[in-house]
Amino acid sequence: MNRIISKSRLSDNVYKMQLEAPLVAQERKAGQFVILMVDDELGERIPLTIADADAEKGTITVIFQTVGATTTKLSRLEPGDSIAALLGPLGRPTSIRGENGEKPGHVVCVGGGIGVAPMHPIAQALKAAGNKVTIIMGARNEGLFVMKDEMAAIAGENLILMTDDGSSGRKGLVTEPLKELCEAGAVDEVIAIGPPIMMKFCALATKPYGVKTTVSLNTIMIDGTGMCGGCRVSVGGKTKFVCVDGPEFDGHEVDWDQMLSRMGAFKPQEQAAKEHVCKAGIFK
Amino acid sequence: MTPKEKMAIPPQAMPEQDAAVRARNMNEVALGYTAEMAKTEASRCLQCPTKPCMQGCPVAINIPGFLAKAAEGDFASALDVIKETSLLPAVCGRVCPQEKQCQKFCTMGKLLKDVDKAVAIGRVERFCADLARETGAEKPVACAPKTGKKVAIIGSGPASITCAADCAKAGHDVTVFEAFHRCGGVLVYGIPEFRLPKAIVRHEIEAIKQLGVKIENNFVIGRTRKLRDLIDKDGFDAVFVGTGAGLPKFMGIEGENLNGVFSANEYLTRANLMKAYLEGSADTPFWHGKRVAVLGGGNVAMDASRMALRLGAEKVYLVYRRSEAEMPARKEEVHHAKEEGVEFHMLENAKRVISDGKGAVAGLECLKYELGEPDASGRRSPVAVEGSEFVLDVDTVVVAVGNASNPLIPTTTEGLEINKRGNIVVDPETNMTSIPGVFAGGDIVLGAATVILAMGEGRKAAAGISAYLSK
Ligand SMILES: Cc1cc2nc3c(=O)[nH]c(=O)nc-3n(C[C@H](O)[C@H](O)[C@H](O)COP(=O)(O)OP(=O)(O)OC[C@H]3O[C@@H](n4cnc5c(N)ncnc54)[C@H](O)[C@@H]3O)c2cc1C
Ligand code: SF4
Ligand code: FES
Repeated sequence: MNRIISKSRLSDNVYKMQLEAPLVAQERKAGQFVILMVDDELGERIPLTIADADAEKGTITVIFQTVGATTTKLSRLEPGDSIAALLGPLGRPTSIRGENGEKPGHVVCVGGGIGVAPMHPIAQALKAAGNKVTIIMGARNEGLFVMKDEMAAIAGENLILMTDDGSSGRKGLVTEPLKELCEAGAVDEVIAIGPPIMMKFCALATKPYGVKTTVSLNTIMIDGTGMCGGCRVSVGGKTKFVCVDGPEFDGHEVDWDQMLSRMGAFKPQEQAAKEHVCKAGIFK
Repeated sequence: MTPKEKMAIPPQAMPEQDAAVRARNMNEVALGYTAEMAKTEASRCLQCPTKPCMQGCPVAINIPGFLAKAAEGDFASALDVIKETSLLPAVCGRVCPQEKQCQKFCTMGKLLKDVDKAVAIGRVERFCADLARETGAEKPVACAPKTGKKVAIIGSGPASITCAADCAKAGHDVTVFEAFHRCGGVLVYGIPEFRLPKAIVRHEIEAIKQLGVKIENNFVIGRTRKLRDLIDKDGFDAVFVGTGAGLPKFMGIEGENLNGVFSANEYLTRANLMKAYLEGSADTPFWHGKRVAVLGGGNVAMDASRMALRLGAEKVYLVYRRSEAEMPARKEEVHHAKEEGVEFHMLENAKRVISDGKGAVAGLECLKYELGEPDASGRRSPVAVEGSEFVLDVDTVVVAVGNASNPLIPTTTEGLEINKRGNIVVDPETNMTSIPGVFAGGDIVLGAATVILAMGEGRKAAAGISAYLSK
């Protein structure tokens, strides 16, 4: 069960894996995620968004960056190995404009770093529902873009690339073209997925224009079923559990400072655990 | 022996780890009786013809019956008597609130005018179960001939374990679906090792596997598969929902989402199920609280405060808005917590969590309370004393004020009736829900309750399922 079918390295510390998970592949919808464990004795449970799925082959695709102990261990597994535990699909599916009662329109998808991966199925669904889809992708430099071709296939000429150093596309932050598009007045909805700080600034950028902005939060989680409350954030002044009420929320309502601070709650311990794994790796 | 002679036998104290030592380790606190002690304690039973103790037992164990066997030193037969009505004696002997159940009604306690001097029924029960487990002397259980019916059990807590075992014994083909990577429900993620060793829970899970029960971990009904799909697509003839309470309540006060504030579920799950206390080997981190306030007065609050000590806290305050007499926790746990150094702050309640300005806890503002008039439930309701604010100097707050019902299954299952508290409504005779063939029991029906009640419900539902399937 949960066998790794394929693995590829998308950039320095970003990997793509195809996993055998027939039931998850059948049930999953855009915006949902899985929780997995690499070791079910002493490992931790981490959420990863489902980037793609093939119900017929019974596989799902996840894309992850090696940021902590578990993602580092995961990156060391090879095709044929199994993931100790995989649970999903979790969370509420994305509400797709055109399918949810609202008329199709112009939707801008902003993906930062590996946030492009979870954006992929959403952009696909938006397009299929008859929306005009503009995609803004941001990365520190050209080498860090993931799934550029897949996104180009959806957005066509409406693909805007942004890099911090200008090595590809425009130099600058994703919020710049986002503001310009809102300014031009033809945006009905924005979906932003990426580092929390990017999502925060996207929400700030669209707020003056009153454009609905959905963000996908990737908080610390344990069970993923609403049992622990570890994933909670304030949205519109109310406490919400990201794993069951989310992961997507109205970006204008999220308490970003609290969200950012909660993401860092276990930073020192996580760093220590990662170093432990990395050092152990030298002797492998 | 005459009743008088029996009254003269001293109640057998439970051997325990020393309080100062155990407050810093995860090993079980209560070490268990020796055979001699179990025999002596059992011989205190007066064999009352009216069996008052049995009225207090939610599953009506034949208590004088098993105590008579134990008093003869025939612990195997004693266990047989217990197992006529109870499935998890090693667990219940440890975690049942006996002073509110069987032992509350015990004649011996009444004669000696002290419920603590009642026959220690739970401790003898525990001994019988431990002895059989440790010596491999448990008797194999026979299953009825196969019925060809498929039963799905959702969750793997005490309600589900019991229902699964009984359904398997009745000859049904049983599959358990559990969201977590380990089975046992609250017994593995909530109740700590120092009170209920996980090896015991594993043993009980192995026992149901021996009966042919299949187990699917990492499978969340409502997400991985919908409840109705189990019946409509996967060929199950009946379903039992034993998903527990599992939705932590918070206080709704300012500062509750600061770093360092945890639900007891999260705090305990990190430590128990995810083994965060094995720092350096486990990947799941825990919060290094030095000064911890735990809010609540139930078993969960006791477990969280005692866990905090074991995770290295220097000070642990238990903040409860009523008085100690109203605390719902097991008496023994209250006693243990005090011995280990948890400071009890009764008639106080949290008003606001104070921030350090950087997103973490810097203190807890509390209010003093007094007991007012008895409310509808008969308990005297606590009333805040105006202007009595004061600050507890803490860096960690654990909220243990109860669990509501997890809505995942009700919201993904059309036609499943719930009450206004979110609990699934069942027929009290059969435990069948509003959907024919779907049964439910345990905390998801009762609201956060007890292991023994959950077990009793699982048993009743299994009987309901067999009756339904034979129609
Ligand atoms: C910390 C703590 C201490 C306690 N101490 C005591 C005590 O000393 N004595 C006592 O008698 N009682 C105690 N209790 C209460 C007791 O543990 C519960 O009443 C009892 O465990 C309820 O059993 P259950 O089978 O209904 O559910 P649970 O034990 O809650 O098990 C439910 C299981 O279902 C799983 N699940 C939930 N949703 C799904 C889904 N959609 N799909 C698949 N699986 C799912 C969960 O992961 C869980 O494993 C305590 C509770 C806690 C939290
Ligand atoms: S009430 Fe007490 S003394 Fe009487 S039968 Fe029960 S356990 Fe024995
Ligand atoms: S991860 Fe535990 S409630 Fe969301």
